[in-house]
Amino acid sequence: MSHTRDTLIGKSVPRPDAVAKVTGAAQYTDDISLPNMLHGALLRSPHAHAFIRKIDTSRARALAGVKCVITGQDVPAVKYGNWRLVPALQDETALATDRVRFIGDEIAAVAAIDRETAERAVELIEVEYEELPGVFTVEEALAEGAPAVHEEHQDNISLTRDIDYGNVERALSEADLVLEDTFSTHPVSHVYMEPCSVVARTDTDGRLTVWTSTQTPYYIQCLLARTLGVRENDVRVIKPHVGGGFGGKMELRPWEFAAAWMARQTGRPVKITIDRQQELAAGRRRHPVVITSKIGFKKDGTITGKEVTARLDGGAYNGMGPTATFLIGNFSAMLYKVPAYRYRGIYVYTNNPPAGAMRGFGAPQALFAGEMQMNRAAEALGIDPIELRLRNAMETGDEIPGVARISSCGLRTCLEEVRTLSNWNERRAASAPGEGLGIACYSFISGGVFNWFNTKYPFSSAEVKVFDDGTAQLTTLAADIGQGSDLILPQILAEELGLRVEDIRLVTGDTAACPQSDLGTWGSRVTLMAGNAVRDAAKKIKDELFKVVSLKLGLNVIHEIECGHGTIYAKSKPGKGIPFAEVVQMAQLANRGEPIRATGYYTPRDVGLVSPAFSFGAQVADVRVDLDTGVVEVAGMYTVHDCGTELNPMAVEGQLEGSIQMSLGYALSEELVMHRGRTLNTTLLDYKIPVALDMPPSVSKTVETFEPGGPFGAKEAGEGLACPTAPAIAHAVHEATGYFCRNLPIRPERILEHLDRRAR
Amino acid sequence: MKTRIVTLVVNGDEHSLAVKPNRTLAEVLRDDLRLTGTKVGCETGDCGACTVLLNGRPVNSCLTLAIEADAQEVRTIEGIAPSGTELHRVQRAFVEHGAIQCGFCTPGMVMSSVHLLERAPDATEEDIRHELGGNLCRCTGYTKIVGAVSSCTSRCRP
Repeated sequence: MSHTRDTLIGKSVPRPDAVAKVTGAAQYTDDISLPNMLHGALLRSPHAHAFIRKIDTSRARALAGVKCVITGQDVPAVKYGNWRLVPALQDETALATDRVRFIGDEIAAVAAIDRETAERAVELIEVEYEELPGVFTVEEALAEGAPAVHEEHQDNISLTRDIDYGNVERALSEADLVLEDTFSTHPVSHVYMEPCSVVARTDTDGRLTVWTSTQTPYYIQCLLARTLGVRENDVRVIKPHVGGGFGGKMELRPWEFAAAWMARQTGRPVKITIDRQQELAAGRRRHPVVITSKIGFKKDGTITGKEVTARLDGGAYNGMGPTATFLIGNFSAMLYKVPAYRYRGIYVYTNNPPAGAMRGFGAPQALFAGEMQMNRAAEALGIDPIELRLRNAMETGDEIPGVARISSCGLRTCLEEVRTLSNWNERRAASAPGEGLGIACYSFISGGVFNWFNTKYPFSSAEVKVFDDGTAQLTTLAADIGQGSDLILPQILAEELGLRVEDIRLVTGDTAACPQSDLGTWGSRVTLMAGNAVRDAAKKIKDELFKVVSLKLGLNVIHEIECGHGTIYAKSKPGKGIPFAEVVQMAQLANRGEPIRATGYYTPRDVGLVSPAFSFGAQVADVRVDLDTGVVEVAGMYTVHDCGTELNPMAVEGQLEGSIQMSLGYALSEELVMHRGRTLNTTLLDYKIPVALDMPPSVSKTVETFEPGGPFGAKEAGEGLACPTAPAIAHAVHEATGYFCRNLPIRPERILEHLDRRAR
Repeated sequence: MKTRIVTLVVNGDEHSLAVKPNRTLAEVLRDDLRLTGTKVGCETGDCGACTVLLNGRPVNSCLTLAIEADAQEVRTIEGIAPSGTELHRVQRAFVEHGAIQCGFCTPGMVMSSVHLLERAPDATEEDIRHELGGNLCRCTGYTKIVGAVSSCTSRCRP
């Protein structure tokens, strides 16, 4: 007989760090102040493209209180980037050597007794530039005879990525309807609330300790070591609390290098904090992409084939662009069964500030194009947009040839449920002018399997120690940047060991203390990968403890043993358990006092090229458009999503609600406005993220599937949701006004132009 | 720039400090008094992370000069809880409602909410959204924050 014990899976346990955060006690990087600490500032390029002919730092050095000035001439010009697997893609140096490639490119750094002095010294650095012509759009960069951003790439193409399966020509020629559309998306900022900051210190033994606002402490350790010319173990990276990242804090940044270098140079700790103006003007951003998509359908709505070309405006450097270039190809054919597919992604250098990873990582762009085109197809075929999707929806067990196998998929249920939840059929039939419902779907990854960082360690690791007082300690480099892994991982361990979350102590965010390694927070990898590592460690611990229990209880070998309620017991005799603490004591005694500890690992293997698991969802936007002003008001959002087992519903809801805020901005109000490589809106007054008043009412529902590759059946939650909102709103605007948005964001003036044209 | 002596009463404690006239209240709270619970997210008064109460009124401490606060009462996130072992009810509500993710906007959100509830204990959801209109959050979509504050109004309590 099975005994159902209390489970922590699916419980909305509050975050262990919430009290520290709500009382102001939680320490973020800029909150750190060390004895004798210096403050740094950066000199950035005012030109989008120029040779540096001469740098004179003498006036800056002479300023009272200045302790160190460095330029690209003073430090080794080591190229770095996250793509260690392909060194040719590592195209960035911390400080410019002879050339600047974007407005904001870092040229020099100063450390001084306070920030004001450092900033004044930066102004005293004299640089002689020879300006060069620049390229600021994909079209300009690809034009014949365009100036080259990097000498090694005269055509301004950094790389191309291809995906190809099935016979696309035949598939499209056999189609009853073929659509070809070009869509473009705009640059937006992560606007993590905590601006980046770093503190670096040389320790007494010569090791460098770096506290930094990052989502990937391991990458920072490795790349910093390489750029400084030291061994990885000579660098210790500590991740304090991090105020959001959303993909924007997953690369080595010039200030981390500069603070470290100047700390070594001066023998004093150095802090550099980046202000919001720099964040918006020069910080990483979501790739603007031009996507051309050709898709064929049979009369009944069946997709026959699809061909997609994506041209990414990467800005001046690669950053995470090579990954985005590949992923856009995957996200363009992950929702529906596409028997024949061809993709080409082209990563184009321009003299814009470099783009990087941002929540959804290629999917918001790919799905804006793909889902808008599905809606256009539905109209052309005379099929309801939800019905058209149901006819093509991916299902559990489907394969994307050579790329991935979909091991769990609730898309069909999501579509059916969102139809009911939004009252789709009735509302569509009865909508008045200026009102509309729109739909879009998403699919997303649970971490990446491709080892572009070329790590020689497991992708995720977790060490578990259990103590003879009945508590445990979990040590992992998995990086909480706000999403809640410091809650979910202890929750998983507590479930495994039958303890309470408050019985688990967590040590995290320190490359010197945590097991090697964890690739950090990106691509929604942490719950699945670090969660599996925690379970692996827990299993090893339980193997030790269960031996003792078996012996002590004299159990027949056929008995199953379980942990629960702070005890360990035979499953068939739950009442006769031994307290966890006692079991640990006995296990230690049996081992002559040696503590009980184990390390668990996870590396995805034999699961294709993209991800071990895929989540899905469908979202409906309810929109009112003011036909006189073109202003779009979102009156409601309806979301149904499949994230596998919901480990902590409150945490999942938080992800969903936050994704609607970010994506509402992406659709309607947020845009880094560019002019010849210059970002024009560099304050949060001019770059408008939605505030509490802007948020639409929202209803959501979870469709539970069980993901066999995930911990307790869980997979990604919250990142994929950043994708359907913009196309759902754009579709609703189309239904309300007839305006079909091909270029994000949706602007009132374009809606009005459309209405004017139609009236004439 | 000549320093001036200012006296700040922060969370009930009096501090006499020599400050340059161009230093902001946020800088002095964080750097001189080491009250780093007050966060700085933009330095231009747009994000609200640095919100503190000056004589009971919410201000962006990044736009307030320390010398403007001379001889006045400042309340920061560190001074909201009744004791070191107890939370203010707004703080407790934030924890219980899951209104905190990265936590960087949290101190400012709590200060704005405390001010609203002291002035309007029966605030409606609309009032709360208005009051928090100057506090940006990028993680939560505000839903659980508004829910937490709503739970502290007299409408929700017997």
